[in-house]
Amino acid sequence: MASYLRFENVTRRFGSFTAVDDVNIDIQQGETFSLLGPSGCGKTTLLRMAAGFDKPDAGRILLDGKDITPLPPDKRPVNTVFQSYALFPHLSVRDNIAFGPKIAKWPQDAITRGVDEMLDLIDLKAHAGKKPAQLSGGMKQRVAIARALVNKPKVLLLDEPLAALDLKLRQRLLVELDAIHDEVGITFIYVTHDQGEAMSISDRIAVMNKGTIEQVGPPAEIYEAPRSSFVAAFIGDTNFLDGRVTEAIDPRFSRCEVNGFGSIVIDNDKPVTPGDRVHLSLRPEKLLVSREQPSSSDLENAIAGKVEDVIYFGSHTRYWVRCGEWRLCAEMQHRKYQLDEQSPKWGDTVWLRWHANDGFLLEQYRAEDEGLLTLPDEDS
Amino acid sequence: MNKERRSEILATAPSFLWLAMFVLVPVLIIFAIAFRPALPAGGIGEGWSLDAVRSLAEPAYLSLLLRTLWISALTTAACIALSLPVAYAMARLTPVWRSRVLLLVIVPFWTNFVIRVFAWQQILHAQGYLAELLRGLHLIGPNDRLLGNLGAVVLVSVYTYLPFSILPLFAAAEKFDFGLLDAARDLGAKPARAFFGVFVPGVRQGIITAFLVVFIPMLGSYVVPDMVGGTGTQMIGNKIAQRNFSDRNLPEAAALSGALALLVLAPMFLRRKEKPQ
Ligand SMILES: Nc1ncnc2c1ncn2[C@@H]1O[C@H](COP(=O)(O)OP(=O)(O)OP(=O)(O)O)[C@@H](O)[C@H]1O
Ligand SMILES: [Mg+2]
Repeated sequence: MASYLRFENVTRRFGSFTAVDDVNIDIQQGETFSLLGPSGCGKTTLLRMAAGFDKPDAGRILLDGKDITPLPPDKRPVNTVFQSYALFPHLSVRDNIAFGPKIAKWPQDAITRGVDEMLDLIDLKAHAGKKPAQLSGGMKQRVAIARALVNKPKVLLLDEPLAALDLKLRQRLLVELDAIHDEVGITFIYVTHDQGEAMSISDRIAVMNKGTIEQVGPPAEIYEAPRSSFVAAFIGDTNFLDGRVTEAIDPRFSRCEVNGFGSIVIDNDKPVTPGDRVHLSLRPEKLLVSREQPSSSDLENAIAGKVEDVIYFGSHTRYWVRCGEWRLCAEMQHRKYQLDEQSPKWGDTVWLRWHANDGFLLEQYRAEDEGLLTLPDEDS
Repeated sequence: MNKERRSEILATAPSFLWLAMFVLVPVLIIFAIAFRPALPAGGIGEGWSLDAVRSLAEPAYLSLLLRTLWISALTTAACIALSLPVAYAMARLTPVWRSRVLLLVIVPFWTNFVIRVFAWQQILHAQGYLAELLRGLHLIGPNDRLLGNLGAVVLVSVYTYLPFSILPLFAAAEKFDFGLLDAARDLGAKPARAFFGVFVPGVRQGIITAFLVVFIPMLGSYVVPDMVGGTGTQMIGNKIAQRNFSDRNLPEAAALSGALALLVLAPMFLRRKEKPQ
């Protein structure tokens, strides 16, 4: 598939600090593409280069096959929704939305029609005459989106558009934004540090870390098949196990010895041969916690441990289970109400069970990424 | 009357008394003198008379008023036009440079105002370096003068009042959200359009303050037109001085002063109307 917006070896330095480091991304026409990463990883810098507020020190940016790197922001068929909304305080909602069309010298009736359409889209017709200061946060956000969309940009850039709103409103606007995207069919680039937001709105996600792209792919792929320990730990929560491959069971599965833990079966997510050191990511919700020893089967792993910490989250409970040198985090949904004496408690011996398919072999592991994992409260 | 209100009154009482004693009372005295007859020797006569107030209807005063308004307006417009980009640039500086430049803006106040105007007199003097240079470059004719005309008065007035318009505009620009300019550029505005369409309305309060702090004192301007102006640039302030010192007609001087005071109140109402927003 041809790419619509393309970052080609884009690098941006501030002094000796490299904020964006040799980034290559291909974004398809019409998709919602998220840039996801922790604070300071260079998301905004990348977006500002797409909008034209900043120029790359190296590399280029192509839109629809055309190099737009040298163009100033006003010459790019791209519009931005700013994190702080950046609505013009001296203009009414209507005039804010009409700002772009007026500059583009649309005929008056086209401006009126375009603005009315947008007011319908964001459902703010009744507030068209108000100044931004008279609007709530959610309304301002919608006006900011309308003000950008009315210009019919080829790409809409959204920089953490919901970050300033409370959780409920954020969830509602996210759904609204998705609906707007379906309606206008414009390519969206959505910057966020919230993995939940990125997962729910994106067709594809690029996970950024320290100015580089760690992985690009659809949400499920990013979650289920993380390439690196960073992606696995930043998106959702996980357990890292490292071991050495001891034996190939068949082309798809291998046996692997984890120090102080035991022998486990792993899926060959990447080609491995006996003797290889491997790093496994094991999501908490893939681990089944039971008080009885499960009947073992070939591709199932079962290991006994002691519950060190239990945290109740309402929809699920988290257990930290000590298994030899390792402490694993497991998560259990509450499908039906469990009587207290049935659920494992602090100090209980339990069994953790998972299928070889449930773990994922990382291509790249860095010890520092362990720091991203959730730890049980130390003083509990 | 609650406690808070009482302490507020107590706290403002001294400055209120001060203002009443040294501003309000003198102004009222001036208004009173305007209704006294003039003595030929220069004193203020007994009884009441409308002569001085009637003299305000003199046709010459209309052109004096218009000239005063014109010079004040020109100066104010030039000050604001120059201060806008300065305030913009200052607000974009790093905090360290910002305070350095701010100091530079205030530095002229370390020299007495009259001395600075006197310096301008020297700079613009017909035999001064500037005039010689311009004459040498044939930018002005051999008989053209830099001093004694409207240009000189406006130039030196702008010089004098520029810091007063830079400061409020800078204060407004400092609070301005420069992200709005990015937004304007993003929506297709060229830099100039973003500046006039978004920055200028954004510092509107600063512009109004700058207008007031330049225009109002300019209406009462006296020293600058006196020192670098000529007969064609006489302003109300100069006329008041003339009535006072040369003609020794205190009631007429008082009538003019009173009229000027009332004139000054007009722009204040503009401010009043702005405030509630
Ligand atoms: N103009 C600048 N001058 C110097 N350093 C900058 C500049 N802009 C950004 N940086 C640095 O570049 C890095 C990336 O910044 P950027 O704003 O792109 O991060 P981000 O991923 O958007 O983070 P956040 O989620 O906090 O918005 C940061 O460390 C930041 O300090
Ligand atoms: Mg950012």
